[in-house]
Amino acid sequence: MVVPLNYYLALSVALFALGVIGVIIRRNAIVIFMSIEMMLNSVNLAFIAFADYFKAVDGQMFVFFSLTVAAAEVAVGLALIVAIFRNRGSIYVDNLNILKW
Amino acid sequence: METLFFVLGAVALISGGLVVFQPHPLRSALWLIVNFFAVAGIYLLAHAEFIAVVQVIVYAGAIMVLFLFVIMLLNLRRPEEDPVMPYYGQKLAGIILSGFVVLIMIYGYTRAKLPAVKEMLPGMGNTETIAQSLFTNYLLPFEVTSILLLVAIVGAVVLAKSRLK
Repeated sequence: MVVPLNYYLALSVALFALGVIGVIIRRNAIVIFMSIEMMLNSVNLAFIAFADYFKAVDGQMFVFFSLTVAAAEVAVGLALIVAIFRNRGSIYVDNLNILKW
Repeated sequence: METLFFVLGAVALISGGLVVFQPHPLRSALWLIVNFFAVAGIYLLAHAEFIAVVQVIVYAGAIMVLFLFVIMLLNLRRPEEDPVMPYYGQKLAGIILSGFVVLIMIYGYTRAKLPAVKEMLPGMGNTETIAQSLFTNYLLPFEVTSILLLVAIVGAVVLAKSRLK
């Protein structure tokens, strides 16, 4: 490894925190979705770091499947956002409050 | 090589911050593409060449293109609308809670006892190692993934179909 394991994990944690901040702060559904993708990306980075540390390929297998699941989830999620936009005219999540009491 | 890791890490962090704090959704998508390229560079440093290339092809090349299609389709040119209530207190509380999450995660992994590092296995390159593991040990998840992708395709088509009224 070119740097100790802790540096990879620190970068992964920082990217995850940025993703969490993005999900909490932003009110645009597409940017919230992009922050979720950033969180998935940071977890992939942690997996790759551990795969390099233990010299085992299982971490990279997990990243492979996580990438595939993320692709499927993005397709369905964006179809949902398009359907919501078609029904309501905006994707501003504060307007999606029908289920609120 | 260490400086390369720090440069790529800084690029990833800065572009990640710009994704979150930028008002235009289109520019957020472009900064996220930069983030994916920086993280793919870090994968290359961690001897994961196949995953780095797959990340560039799938994440930056397919998923982000899909995001850009949807942003262009919904015509989100202008920045975010003015909120009904600015929610300043809630946003600040959200950032502080995210800092808490970071502290908990750092505490967790600094207390973990990792076993000793093994030596580097000689021989095969990264793609062959992944192929050997993928088609023997991980064959069932591989096949189930194909069904998952089929379900996602059907779901996306059904959800995004326009009503023929």
